Amino acid sequence: MAKLTFVGGIHPYDGKDLSKDKPIQDILPKGELVYPLSQHIGAPAKAIVEKGERVLAGQKIAESGGFVSAPVYASVSGTVKAIEPRRVVTGDLIMSIVVENDEMYEDVGFYPSAPLEKLSREEIIDIIREAGIVGMGGAGFPTHVKLSPRDPQKIEYVIANCAECEPYLTSDYRRMLEEPEKLIGGLKIILKLFDNAQGILAVEDNKPDCISLLRQLTKDEPGISVKALKTKYPQGGERQLIYATTGRKINSTMLPADVGCVVNNVDTIVAVYRAVMEGRPLIERIVTVTGDAVTSPRNFRVRIGMSYQEILDAAGGFRVTPEKIICGGPMMGFGMFDLNVPTTKTSTALLGLSRDDVSAMEPGPCINCGRCVEVCPGRVIPSRLADYAERFDEEAFLENHGMECCECGCCSFVCPAKRPLTQEIKSMRKLQLAKKKK
Amino acid sequence: MSALFKVSSNPHIRSKVTTNGIMLAVIAALMPATGFGIYNFGPRALAVILVTIASTVLTEFLFGLYKKKLTVTDLSAVVTGLLLALNLPVTIPLWMAALGGVFAILVVKMLFGGLGQNFMNPALAARCFLLISFPTAMTAFSCDAFTGATPLAALKAGEQVNIMDMVIGRTGGTIGETSVIALIIGACVLILLGVIDLRIPGSYILTFVLFTGIFGGHGFDPAFLSAQLAGGGLMLGAFFMATDYVTRPITIKGQYLFGIFLGIMTGIFRIFGPGAEGVSYAIILGNLLVPLMEKVTRPTAFGYRKGGRRHAK
Repeated sequence: MAKLTFVGGIHPYDGKDLSKDKPIQDILPKGELVYPLSQHIGAPAKAIVEKGERVLAGQKIAESGGFVSAPVYASVSGTVKAIEPRRVVTGDLIMSIVVENDEMYEDVGFYPSAPLEKLSREEIIDIIREAGIVGMGGAGFPTHVKLSPRDPQKIEYVIANCAECEPYLTSDYRRMLEEPEKLIGGLKIILKLFDNAQGILAVEDNKPDCISLLRQLTKDEPGISVKALKTKYPQGGERQLIYATTGRKINSTMLPADVGCVVNNVDTIVAVYRAVMEGRPLIERIVTVTGDAVTSPRNFRVRIGMSYQEILDAAGGFRVTPEKIICGGPMMGFGMFDLNVPTTKTSTALLGLSRDDVSAMEPGPCINCGRCVEVCPGRVIPSRLADYAERFDEEAFLENHGMECCECGCCSFVCPAKRPLTQEIKSMRKLQLAKKKK
Repeated sequence: MSALFKVSSNPHIRSKVTTNGIMLAVIAALMPATGFGIYNFGPRALAVILVTIASTVLTEFLFGLYKKKLTVTDLSAVVTGLLLALNLPVTIPLWMAALGGVFAILVVKMLFGGLGQNFMNPALAARCFLLISFPTAMTAFSCDAFTGATPLAALKAGEQVNIMDMVIGRTGGTIGETSVIALIIGACVLILLGVIDLRIPGSYILTFVLFTGIFGGHGFDPAFLSAQLAGGGLMLGAFFMATDYVTRPITIKGQYLFGIFLGIMTGIFRIFGPGAEGVSYAIILGNLLVPLMEKVTRPTAFGYRKGGRRHAK
């Protein structure tokens, strides 16, 4: 049964008014574009072009490095300038293909391989894999893997994650308003892969215009329903979304497919549509440039690989000196040290804030107030887990379900002592996950 | 490369609620009771309050100097001092009040690691310490309107009490415990500000009513029960002492369990004990059992079955 919400969660200032009424605007990059070979979870892609080679927009420049991997495409025409390690948003050095843009934007020509009715299940998944599509909400898990569960017959729900619960982000909102038919079309393509599945468009109720528009457009689609979820962060978290739409629960050791669900984000589903219906690989995405430090917040359709500096300039640069620049939303995004890093398939937003709450507020001792317990969607005790992590008490950490943390950040947000709870738990989780891999 | 920007782990925003803000809210919420105490018991009540707060704040300040870590600005010492003063009779010698403050901060709080580390409510522990050490001074209650015994003691002796006086607070007792109205106003402020919720006070009071109704020997006589509820610092204890974050369970089910336990213990102490009161001892005893209550009420993580152990993998 659909619950339309979940236990826990927070209501931070959502900042969406800054950019929600700004239509998606195309911007074309200049100068060099950088394509990291690892923009997804899984094996890095392998470069298939060489230095000095001319490439066209939509040309594959790196191929999948394995089953859990995704190819990379050039988003402009130009010359391969270098294949070398470059800094990415996280601060890591990642092997990247650098293309000098010739500003002619010549593309390879995009043609659908066959009409949808003629495509088999395997062919559709092949197209999605070949298009380099990964989870564009931020995780970057290759979509073709997600769409290939062990038993496709057991999938009962294909859920389109239209919650967009992160504060400030409006790219999915604009996408739903401006190209709803592509979203619905993409969902229908994915539904073709699962004989027994129905589609759910799960939208938070702070977007009533999207809800009524999608309802209007799907009123003759018996297999697709629109669900209005209560607005609360992190409603768009996979586990919270599945629970809110179907009443089913998964923990960190399970996959959505274990409870008959497949979850994909708005942009990902649109990418599927464009790959299958138009033959376009993944070379563009919508990025929200916003925050109180940005001159004129906007939603842009950007060519993947262009630098954040360029999209910031397109929004008029900074109005005031930003204290903190974030790639993604304020809850789960990365703090950026430099703007000269490339956008990738998973770049949702660029956020410039004139105040940095984190450095402005000194952490103090835990007063055991229990606010973190109330808001934790994983139903664990964040303050205690952070203690175990700090003391490096692995056993207590695991015993108390430390691995169930989804790193949503609610605990750090509400903590009156301003303790970096999420950070402590996250570090310990990372270590445990690395250990498990060995 | 130009100057680099600040980075930190997510999330990058924080709520406006701070430890100081919470302490301030508690102090503000105690103002009606404090004000009524001073009105009811006269200027000496103010002297007791000021001396106690000065003592707790100074103790924390000096300990901070010694440890080279000043924590007195978090206002928690003020809260402890104020709560302790509200739990003292107006006639208490001032040096005793000061000693209580030192005991609360130094022994109960700082020696165990300071804010957040104490396992007993410092104000209540200090009150119990004084009650055991100086029983006469601690139970000498007087008031213009009512001299001698507190309403609960009178009730226990089989006398009639005036409920209206108890609700308004025109009775004998400690400085801050007498006025139910003032305490409830403060509690409402805390609830509306989201500082406390009704889990502990609600389950505490409900359990106490049931227990007293069944074992109190008066059945569910409304007059007797309301006198029991209005007297003996139950309201002060339930809303301001039992809800102390540090010394109550952090788990949600544990908080209900804690409230139920306090209700039963208060009932036992009041009905079967030699004295008329029992709130302080019940809460102190409850504080000691918090780790056990947390252990048995550990929440089930999302996506696990009840009592589910961690996954085998």
